[in-house]
Amino acid sequence: MFRFVLRRLAYLLPVWIGISLVAFMLANLAPGDPARLALQRELGRQPTAEETAVVREQMGLNDAAPIRYLNWLGDALTGDLGTSYRTGQPVLDSLADRFPTTLQIAGFGLLLAIAIAIPLGILAAVYRQGPIDHFSRVIALLGASMPSYWVAYLLILLLSVRLGWLPVAGSQTWQHAVMPALTLGIGGSASLMRLTRSEMLETLNQDYIRTARAKGLGSRPLMLGHALRNTMIPLSTVLGMRFAGMLGGAVIVETIFSWPGIGKLVVDAIFDRDYPMIQGFVIFMGTAFLLINLIVDLGYGVIDPRIRLARR
Amino acid sequence: MAHSTTSAQTASPPLRRPTATLAEEWRPRRFASLRGVVRDRSALAGLAILVTVTLLALFASVIAPYDPTKLDPTANLAGPSADHWLGTDNLGRDLFSRLLYGARWTLGAAGLAAAGIVLLGVTVGIVAGYFGGLVDDLLMRLVDVLLAFPSIVLALAIVGMLGPSLPNVLIGMVAVWWVDYARVVRGLTLKVVQNDYVLSAHCCGCGSLRMITRHVLPNVIPPVIVLATLELGALMLAISGLSFLGLGAQPPTPEWGTMLSDGRLFFLGAPQLMMYPGIAITLVVLGCNLLGDGLRDALDPRQRRR
Repeated sequence: MFRFVLRRLAYLLPVWIGISLVAFMLANLAPGDPARLALQRELGRQPTAEETAVVREQMGLNDAAPIRYLNWLGDALTGDLGTSYRTGQPVLDSLADRFPTTLQIAGFGLLLAIAIAIPLGILAAVYRQGPIDHFSRVIALLGASMPSYWVAYLLILLLSVRLGWLPVAGSQTWQHAVMPALTLGIGGSASLMRLTRSEMLETLNQDYIRTARAKGLGSRPLMLGHALRNTMIPLSTVLGMRFAGMLGGAVIVETIFSWPGIGKLVVDAIFDRDYPMIQGFVIFMGTAFLLINLIVDLGYGVIDPRIRLARR
Repeated sequence: MAHSTTSAQTASPPLRRPTATLAEEWRPRRFASLRGVVRDRSALAGLAILVTVTLLALFASVIAPYDPTKLDPTANLAGPSADHWLGTDNLGRDLFSRLLYGARWTLGAAGLAAAGIVLLGVTVGIVAGYFGGLVDDLLMRLVDVLLAFPSIVLALAIVGMLGPSLPNVLIGMVAVWWVDYARVVRGLTLKVVQNDYVLSAHCCGCGSLRMITRHVLPNVIPPVIVLATLELGALMLAISGLSFLGLGAQPPTPEWGTMLSDGRLFFLGAPQLMMYPGIAITLVVLGCNLLGDGLRDALDPRQRRR
């Protein structure tokens, strides 16, 4: 297991370096001279060419690109992603501060998606072509076709305005997290449900299932012990991807529900042209997604010993 | 010169039936099963939705009773009537006309982005698969890196750096979404170049450019078109999502995501401002998904609905 973890880490390192390169190069897309912009904010007026030149030299902008990258990477590795133009706070602090809030709704959303999708997917596979199967197909198609931002407002209309069960926006109580998580969960459950169904069907066709059944194993232990466990391997990849997708999708959902997560932070940063924050967001999220992938990979090893042993 | 003519002749029979030479999963009988799409009622329904909406978008200027941006302060937030079939928005603009013109923007943006994505993905995929070596290694490492992000994160950052506007959203989408295509095309290219006719064309002095355009490209295009159809719905959701956030099409453009965003302020008193564009997006994306599912079922029997 230890060697398995090491191998995965060795694979991730070059990808992380690539992510840092992408984040570094993104800054070049922003219009205008960073030194000039920084000075303008500091002085509150247009800086002269001489002033800009001095600051350019101070900021190391005259160095060759590889040198600038290495300097930036060194700062990034020591936790310095620059300071936000908008708040003057260190970028990393703001991101790390907001990230758990986003994790809350994404995690809650993932749980909801699992709670909706996996039972329905299994039932659809077991009672194939039955009413549950058709119902789940319609739900999955609609779930995949409705824009999340529209679903969010439909939920507000139904659960807040019509029924008065949940608060509309904010983050004071746990009730505030329900609708953002539900919005993410509905979108995420669609593909998960269809995949559970097709993988379950695949598994149910296997010889070992027939053998187990022939030996007289009851249908509950058969489904849970044999079929579901083997279905979990492809599902865990998709669960990882869904979770990553929900962290990304949180951008829209957080904006609608005023949920103070990392998504709302970056959308606000975009409108304020807070470039260090946008750049920090990319490398922060890139790193987070790599770690999620790593956890999913390690999860395979736990669920399926074949994978762990095969890669020795 | 004589050599290249010969090569074109030896290779022309497979070119006329490109499917015959495709890699394992693209044998012609799979294409015969494309007829399955026509028989598949839900895929046909998806196609019907897309064709209808495309026609409505193309003929928007003929069908729409009003200019989609014309203000009518005397008739703001009016309900449905003979004059305004779906009513008007907060500025008195005719909702039906805006929806029709909105189809142009929403479908047009997704189509344009899809074209850019396919162009870039196919180019990179063929270059990586055909030339191999260091070029392949570098391009595939780039693909690995881009695949490490959910597409929305990087697209958002690119739009953030360039500044909010619809063209920048399209740039962001193309810059992020081409990677899947590059991977698929690279794999197909690797299979195509193993064929004997490629070797014979090579022996006859066929150059790289000619080889790619005459022998490789016809073989990779059909699966790419299927992939693009499968992803068109998701692409549309992503683009209108960014427009909804205010990063894409700017008001008064009647893009559906922008319209939904504009309707937010009035959603308690006039929920129809958000309902219509929402229904329109859902319907079109549903069409893409139905058609995409049908195409995938017809082409990949393993995934066929059982």
